[in-house]
Amino acid sequence: MRLTVDGTTHEVDVEDDMPLLWVLRDEIGIKGVKYGCGIAQCGACTVHVDGVAVRSCQTWAIDAVGAEVTTINGLGTPEAMHAVQAAWAEHQVAQCGYCQSGQIMQAASMLAQIPNPTDEEIDAEMSGNLCRCGTYPQIRAAIVTAAAKLREA
Amino acid sequence: MGRGKTIARRAFLIGSAAVVGGVAFGAYLVKRPLENPLLADLAEGEAALTEYVRITADGVTLITPRADKGQGAYQVQAMLIAEELDIDLDQVTMEPGPPAAAYYNTALSEEAPGFMPTDDGFGANSMRSIMQAAMKVMGVQITGGSTTTADAWEKLRVAGAVARETLKAAAARETGVAVAQMTTARGAVILPDGTKIPYVDLAETAADIQPVEDVTLKDPSAWRYIGKPVQRFDIAAKSTGTQDYGIDFELDGMLHATVVTNPRKGGACWWINGDEALAMRGVQAVVPVTGGFGVIADNTWRAFQAAKVVTAGWSKAPYAAEQADHWAALEAAFSKDGQDSQYRDDGDIEAALAAGDVVQAEYRAPYLAHAPLEPINATVRVAADRVDVWTGTQVPRFVQAEVAKITGHDADNVHVHVLVMGGSFGHRLELDVCKQAAEIALTVPNTPIKLTYSREEDMAQDYTRQIAMARMRGTVKDGQVESLDLGIAMPSVVASQMGRLGLSVPGPDAQIVAGAWEQPFGIPNYRVTGYRAEELAPISSWRSVGASTNGFFHDCALDEVIHAAGADPMAERIRLMWDDASRAVLEAVAELSGWDGPSMGPDRGRGVGFCMSFGVPCAEVVEVTNTEAGIKIDKVYVVSNVGQVVDPETLARQMSGGALWGLGHAISSEITHFDGMTEQVNFDGFEAMRLYQAPQVETRALELGDHVRGMGEPAVPPAAAALANAIFAATGTRLREMPFRNHFKFV
Repeated sequence: MRLTVDGTTHEVDVEDDMPLLWVLRDEIGIKGVKYGCGIAQCGACTVHVDGVAVRSCQTWAIDAVGAEVTTINGLGTPEAMHAVQAAWAEHQVAQCGYCQSGQIMQAASMLAQIPNPTDEEIDAEMSGNLCRCGTYPQIRAAIVTAAAKLREA
Repeated sequence: MGRGKTIARRAFLIGSAAVVGGVAFGAYLVKRPLENPLLADLAEGEAALTEYVRITADGVTLITPRADKGQGAYQVQAMLIAEELDIDLDQVTMEPGPPAAAYYNTALSEEAPGFMPTDDGFGANSMRSIMQAAMKVMGVQITGGSTTTADAWEKLRVAGAVARETLKAAAARETGVAVAQMTTARGAVILPDGTKIPYVDLAETAADIQPVEDVTLKDPSAWRYIGKPVQRFDIAAKSTGTQDYGIDFELDGMLHATVVTNPRKGGACWWINGDEALAMRGVQAVVPVTGGFGVIADNTWRAFQAAKVVTAGWSKAPYAAEQADHWAALEAAFSKDGQDSQYRDDGDIEAALAAGDVVQAEYRAPYLAHAPLEPINATVRVAADRVDVWTGTQVPRFVQAEVAKITGHDADNVHVHVLVMGGSFGHRLELDVCKQAAEIALTVPNTPIKLTYSREEDMAQDYTRQIAMARMRGTVKDGQVESLDLGIAMPSVVASQMGRLGLSVPGPDAQIVAGAWEQPFGIPNYRVTGYRAEELAPISSWRSVGASTNGFFHDCALDEVIHAAGADPMAERIRLMWDDASRAVLEAVAELSGWDGPSMGPDRGRGVGFCMSFGVPCAEVVEVTNTEAGIKIDKVYVVSNVGQVVDPETLARQMSGGALWGLGHAISSEITHFDGMTEQVNFDGFEAMRLYQAPQVETRALELGDHVRGMGEPAVPPAAAALANAIFAATGTRLREMPFRNHFKFV
């Protein structure tokens, strides 16, 4: 099947029901997408399919055919960060950093739909993404910064 | 200040050695007598030196032996070296240290059994030095016990200073300019005329001369890094998905694997049938491993899917099968026979209890999983002459030794490459994953095997935090705390953990009472007794170890007695405190939180929790509201004394993250057993703190006293206590067992 990931087309030969997560990681080699739970409880595997945040561990590869898949690696780079990534760096959010790809993808998707989220909206949108190190206060602060930057742009 | 010299002579010796194309500075394994010149008996190239700094024409490399699990350890270690070396962090590369005996962790021995961390007396220090000698002989390269900063504080600065002064001496030899006329900055020696000679150009000359060991460490006023906020060097990578972790490691020709072992931890596997799995796409083999089986496939998911259809025969659990029996074992331990230690017995507790109205209560804390978000994994390649292991581990020396036993290689030929970890919290002190990866890789020589645990396997096989119980009694007199008697029962974490390495530890297990017996309160009649329960499910060090349960028990017990006395929780703790730094911590948290009593109006309250653990006094104030929908944590204040702040940003994150770790687990989490198996095997059953529950956290670090301490764990123990005490203030209900959500809803 043919998948478009971060603007590049990949021909992959996988089972229809292989989760997108594992196609991205083990077949295409995009390692920014993380495995955490495999049952959509932690959000570490969050990617965008046609701009909307989904849990790639619960998305069949076949269902991503014909869609634009964006991963953390396609959102921005260390040299050219997306506004959400730049806010994450500015607030030094990451400790171990393992959940942050998913947190950033979830936040970017939220801000595309809700440019000026309230605290309650942030709670509702972000509480599916688990962080074991306890960076939640910094995540909240970084979202506020990113939202302001994106509104200026 | 001549202190650097004294330190270098006393604790360890920093020297230098030639390496290919340059020079390395580092520590020698064995303490040599002063009259024996360090390098006199070393032949050229002799590998007695363990590196901290390596300088070649290609650049400057700082070697950071303590693992980074996300706590910023690489950053702190690099800052200490760079501070004295006079180089900037953007000019160096960092390399985690390979397994080596000279990277022994001297700070772990600070927690010597039976002596309080506030005790600097002769007995305590000699006991610590016995422990230190033992650590050195064993060569224990461990990241744990919040020791990274304490261990590195002198060693790495001296290494940087010796390197700097030796490079100046090399420049003197090359130019004829006197050392006294030189300065150093940004990785170069600067001559009086302004000429800059980069360190890399001096490396070969430096390798050729006697290292300058009589170094003076910089005065704190000259520090550029220590105590100053810096951008974490890994922050860009961790914000863009470009930080590789162990699970991301890849080699050409690598195959993927997963394992399933007896869900009754430590039980045997009688038989396996992999026929159905072998017929599945991409599956290459089903092989036995100790206690279970491994599946080798061409993709992680295919290995996971295949593992689900392998059938196996499992033995019974080697411990009580039902959770109720685990609690019963703890209850049974409260007896003369079960007594393990009684490090504290002040005044006459029995007489005091007989004389007054006794407040008494029982407390419980459940098993908890470590559950770092990156499931554990290891990549192993077995060749005829060497084995390579790539993994995120806190104990590379143990990995090396245990893998060598499995593959039959000499330990020297087992090369452990430590990779970045997606959290640990103590999980990566265990090394089953490395042993299993070695067992699997041994069946396919020369092929790298990456073993990845499923989340379910990671949680089902986790050696959890200990289960624990406490019984408290106390009396009051004239509005003050008169007595406190605390008994704590738990199985021995140390026995379980060291037992898996084939080691037995004689004597009492100080962890059974850690975070309780050594609290610096001057209560007139005061006793803390440890009771050792039989070994139950296997357990391991979980962020703050014994203190993770005992901080809750001790501080809540004290809070109950203070309440009975009618005293203010903050004022009475401060009145009872005899340790100056601990009192300063309490006073600071009172000031920071604007403490004016536990009540904050209708349905609102605040509580204070205090615990000294790992030598660090830490006090927290939690504010809550009892809303219609449930308890809401409004705000948390954390204050601790670490002696010296190295990296303020990293420290603040450890304080806030540690407090949230303690609060989140206190609210939501437990591991229970049914039919010998863990009932919670993913984040749907083992719930953790979510963003909507997370309060804002304000932190303050004090810098009192001579000891430099780490902050990876000490913010955990006071958190549950402060929350329980706050809920009592807001609702009048005492919470005496975790998780609290069994009693209150949380929003």
